[in-house]
Amino acid sequence: MASAFEYAPAPESRAVVDIAPSYGLFIDGEFAEAAEGKVFKTVSPSTEEVLAEVAQAGEADVDRAVKAARKAFQKWSALPGAERAKYLFRIARIIQERSRELAVLETLDNGKPIRETRDADLPLVAAHFFYYAGWADKLGHAGFGTEPKPLGVAGQVIPWNFPLLMLAWKIAPALATGNTVVLKPAETTPLSALFFADVCRQAGLPRGVVNIVPGYGDAGAALVGHPDVNKVAFTGSTAVGKEIARTVAGTRKKLTLELGGKGANIVFDDAPIDQAVEGIVSGIFFNQGQVCCAGSRLLVQESVHDELLDSLKRRLGTLRLGDPLDKNTDIGAINSAEQLARITALAERGEAEGAERWSPACELPASGYWFAPTLFTNVSQAHTIARDEIFGPVLSVLTFRTPDEAVAKANNTPYGLSAGIWTEKGSRILAVANKLRAGVVWSNTFNKFDPTSPFGGYKESGFGREGGRHGLEAYLDV
Amino acid sequence: MYSRYARRYARLVTMPSTAPSPKRSAPLAQGGAPSHTLTDVTASDSTLRRFLHGLPGVDAVGLEARAASLGTRSIKTTSKAYAIDLAISMVDLTTLEGADTPGKVRALGAKAAHPDPTDRTTPTTAAVCVYPDMVAVAKEAVAGSGVKVASVATAFPAGRAALEVKLADVRDAVAAGADEIDMVIDRGAFLSGHYLKVHDEIVAVKEACGTSARLKVIFETGELSTYDNIRRASWLGMLAGADFIKTSTGKVAVNATPANTLLMLEAVRDFRAQTGVQIGVKPAGGIRTSKDAIKFLVLVNETAGEDWLDNHWFRFGASSLLNDLLMQRQKLATGRYSGPDYVTVD
Repeated sequence: MASAFEYAPAPESRAVVDIAPSYGLFIDGEFAEAAEGKVFKTVSPSTEEVLAEVAQAGEADVDRAVKAARKAFQKWSALPGAERAKYLFRIARIIQERSRELAVLETLDNGKPIRETRDADLPLVAAHFFYYAGWADKLGHAGFGTEPKPLGVAGQVIPWNFPLLMLAWKIAPALATGNTVVLKPAETTPLSALFFADVCRQAGLPRGVVNIVPGYGDAGAALVGHPDVNKVAFTGSTAVGKEIARTVAGTRKKLTLELGGKGANIVFDDAPIDQAVEGIVSGIFFNQGQVCCAGSRLLVQESVHDELLDSLKRRLGTLRLGDPLDKNTDIGAINSAEQLARITALAERGEAEGAERWSPACELPASGYWFAPTLFTNVSQAHTIARDEIFGPVLSVLTFRTPDEAVAKANNTPYGLSAGIWTEKGSRILAVANKLRAGVVWSNTFNKFDPTSPFGGYKESGFGREGGRHGLEAYLDV
Repeated sequence: MYSRYARRYARLVTMPSTAPSPKRSAPLAQGGAPSHTLTDVTASDSTLRRFLHGLPGVDAVGLEARAASLGTRSIKTTSKAYAIDLAISMVDLTTLEGADTPGKVRALGAKAAHPDPTDRTTPTTAAVCVYPDMVAVAKEAVAGSGVKVASVATAFPAGRAALEVKLADVRDAVAAGADEIDMVIDRGAFLSGHYLKVHDEIVAVKEACGTSARLKVIFETGELSTYDNIRRASWLGMLAGADFIKTSTGKVAVNATPANTLLMLEAVRDFRAQTGVQIGVKPAGGIRTSKDAIKFLVLVNETAGEDWLDNHWFRFGASSLLNDLLMQRQKLATGRYSGPDYVTVD
């Protein structure tokens, strides 16, 4: 944005976080090397700088972690709820106290802007622990019987898009209900989970209640397939989710899956246009679109298509892409070279299939993984970019004529995670929301999260709910 | 440009046949006749009502969230220095008290012309803003400095007087040399749905301003209460020939806020896209710190755009803001805070 009012660089200080050159696995309250001695490197996606070397868990390590969790389960589950709550409240407070450090760390390891880690990720992480801490001594009033029991050891595999927030979604309800956990963070973003291990130690959490095993897909598979795991929770791609469902089939393991999405953001002609534009932007460009519930399909009523697109394009021209640590950055880096290649390939496919591609004038940094905010017009339901999850800052714009057609098109996807409705007419919001087959329906807003609200999918977006009272069910023997 | 409201009101509106030509070429209305192409809209009470009620709604939560998110921009070093000087140059240094005296107004004028006696590179403020009976004194106080004299008028702040009285008030101020008139709209008429009455009154005041004075139209957003009303009032004011739209008098509980100013910036942006006519914006009341002022400049920059980053198109109605800007300016120059004894009281 060339303007008389250029914003000088305003980088958040890196000095607030002290990243060690190497990290171990966190098993039974101790950091340890992997049994086979393997390590992998984690890089900063915005610069490709190596941040640290991390021990890579294999089957033997996962087994050790599950055993530690099993050992810890007996005492942990026998604690009165109020006692477990104290640990969770303590964890929540430590996270708040260390939020600046954790926000900078997350931005470095993930590539997302500090504005988001500071204002969205970290406050939500703390809020999740506070919220589930509150449930720990009230489980008898949650509607799952007077004395609902925990399941045992939870094996949890989380993605790289919200590393610490997904950890919180998984660990907070598990601990509140009396389970112990083994968690595998994604291979591109292991650091915040390892810092969380330190938070657990700081909080005096008993050994083995939380175990962190960074690694690749093989470690995840070992964890999910481990015979002594009672509960599997996975957030990630639909392809891997299906594999996990096959692994778990025929066992007594309880399973929740939170998978991909192709969210429809529906804008009616009576929408508050300026706010709808903001909602579209946060729907698809929040976290560089690497959000399972992203509003990646814009369904706009044909009669306002042109004016909406004019406004949207003007707004995209003001997005600031660059150094994720700069407090004024709106769009950060793509998480990995692999993800960048996937987004690039799908965007090329969109062009090849005849959709019209547009990006604002936008200079990409020379090193790191970057993708300019992109929108496609002239997209139909038949285009790949309208059907496949891109998981990047790419918006497909489709049109509709009537509310019925909007609903039909919104539901015409194998996914069903999120949707948005933009209209000033309350009755239309209710009527359309009831017909949308999506786990979350936002109205006149998008990508708003709260620990009290259940989140999860229909169809190939998965099953089970995380968050809210409903989120307890996945970790209780009911 | 295929513009928003023209599409909706295709039958009501004559579109400009050429692309809008922005910036300072925006014409001063001649003899009170609005110089835009939406004149059909104001042909009758019912067309005006249909137009204003057909404007897209405003989602309050979304608007406030956007304003708050722009408020987190971090403006440092060179950009801060730029913003502070720009903000000083945009201040309408205001005194609107029953106790105003010629002495007080002269002091204010001197301050506007030389805000920081220790640093002559400090920009002058845009204007001093006074009651009509103080215009002559103010004019004398700022003579030769380039600082303009703005006068509130039209039975400010309530606006509860007969039209003839209001117009006399305006003529009086203009005759005394006011460069700018800050009028208040008839909120009673607006809230009771008599939009054409409000419109015609603005047109009459504009006529009384003649070609020499620019007209700022104050909506008193705190009394209009809803964002939908503020958007409608903004369009109403612009349709009637306002040169500036202004949030408030500073005399009620809620004055300028980031959200209502953002909304008005959207209105002037859209109005120019549609008609080619650029209108200024003036938030007034409650902006006291440099930090706040810079937040408003960020709103301008990222909503209306850099064409409005100029005191011809954006003003702050404020009094205590100036001293805070000066202290921050001294801090940037010297590296340390000086304190209130190093800026002048006025």
